[in-house]
Amino acid sequence: MALIAAFAKFFPAALAFALLLLAWELYARLGGIAPTVLPAPSRVLAQAWENRAALADNTLPTIRATLAGFACSLAAAFVLSALVDFLPRLRRALFPLLIASQTLPLVAIAPLVVLWFGFGLLPKILLVALVTFFPMMVALVEGYAATSAEVSQMLAAMGAGRWRIFWLARLPSGMPYFFAGLRISITYAVVGAIFAEYAGAAKGLGIYMLSAKNNFRPDLVLAAVAVSSALTLALFGLAVLVQRLAMPWERAGRDRKAEPSGHRP
Amino acid sequence: MTRLELRDIRKNFGALEVLAGVSLDVGAGEFVSILGPSGAGKSTLFQLLTGAIRGEGEMRFDGAPLDGARFAFMPQRDALMPWRRVIDNATLGLEVQGMKRRAARERVAPLFAEFGLAGFERAWPAELSGGMRQRAALLRTVVQQRDMLLLDEPFGALDALTRAAMQRWLETMWQSHRWTALLITHDVREAVLLSDRIYVLSARPARVVREVAVPLPRPRIESAALAREAAAIEAGILDTLLGAADPIPDHSMETRND
Repeated sequence: MALIAAFAKFFPAALAFALLLLAWELYARLGGIAPTVLPAPSRVLAQAWENRAALADNTLPTIRATLAGFACSLAAAFVLSALVDFLPRLRRALFPLLIASQTLPLVAIAPLVVLWFGFGLLPKILLVALVTFFPMMVALVEGYAATSAEVSQMLAAMGAGRWRIFWLARLPSGMPYFFAGLRISITYAVVGAIFAEYAGAAKGLGIYMLSAKNNFRPDLVLAAVAVSSALTLALFGLAVLVQRLAMPWERAGRDRKAEPSGHRP
Repeated sequence: MTRLELRDIRKNFGALEVLAGVSLDVGAGEFVSILGPSGAGKSTLFQLLTGAIRGEGEMRFDGAPLDGARFAFMPQRDALMPWRRVIDNATLGLEVQGMKRRAARERVAPLFAEFGLAGFERAWPAELSGGMRQRAALLRTVVQQRDMLLLDEPFGALDALTRAAMQRWLETMWQSHRWTALLITHDVREAVLLSDRIYVLSARPARVVREVAVPLPRPRIESAALAREAAAIEAGILDTLLGAADPIPDHSMETRND
């Protein structure tokens, strides 16, 4: 039953995607367009399989850069958001800077960061952090602020200090907000890593796309694009899964609301 | 024996005078209510007692100036944490006092049956009905084993039928435990049903306009004769409240968080 329900839920999206691929395939084949301009999906797939060793070889560094950068960004978001929660003055000092950091065009900044920090892992970590940090930071700070005043007052009356109140109430209150921010920022992470590699790297999907483009191989560019999309989707799915495991009470509440006859005295 | 004594408590928020000299006493094992129109400053009084804000006047407990941890406080809405299972919400106060989670659970678990929550120890608060949530919140309040309970309109958010059931249940619970309790409410019937004495507050700035003893025997829900006597007391209190309030009708006793 659950399987059928899941199938029914995803069927419209799958159908739309399949139709888009089919239209593309027909257009590329019947339109007489050179595969060096617009390769058909079937050709992209075939070439991806043929070059699977090179693709895999370039995917691993991208995964590494994405995860390392995202982990740093996540840790920084938790530490800084907690600091800001305890020191409101720090918030007024930091937020204008953080907002300014989001106005930097990645195309211009990526080559500079590579120029300053070389071709290693560090510039990739920095760029991934630059694009993923802000949504999580904002979400956490707003989530802490959403703590109910009654809960805080009750904890204070129980004798809890500021740190206890943060740990028992403010941090958990921030979790739904945090996961909303996490889902947004995780979709930027792979793109950030690819931008960094595009600006300069020994290996990675970014540099692979660049060299494929320079060799007039749009099929291989698209194959790398497909891999990076799959990576992003996988990370997104992982984020949703972690949220479910970390917040089991959310589903409990939804189940009850879905069943109005379940009123208990 | 008098436990809590308040003498001439005053509180202003800027130019807004909220409490204009409130004095009251609560004796050991006594159930006292503070009844007043919404916005009268009843919750401000509780915030003064829990130390959340400071005001003027004298607050004494057992004869000594009031120090921190005397009260177990139950806020207006249940304030259950949705991310903690019911049993872990119930142990919250004990954990804050430094008890280990395991020991706190062992202390709280035997009380679930008495609070009508048996079998829901591992449930999430979102899975409980409104009445069950309030009982869980009261359980969390009483297990702290403080000297006195502060109940801030505990049933205000419930539907009328559930509220009536909860009031009856609380009366039976109080009869077997004899907690020293101070209840804030704007429900005259609730105050008369539950209290030994009632302090009636005026509209803001709040003063005690009347002190009403409720000498009815308990339990009070059983007999028709008691219901008539209770109704007479209720009518007297309503006269005081409505007479003291602004004569414009929409200024009377609307539900609002104060």
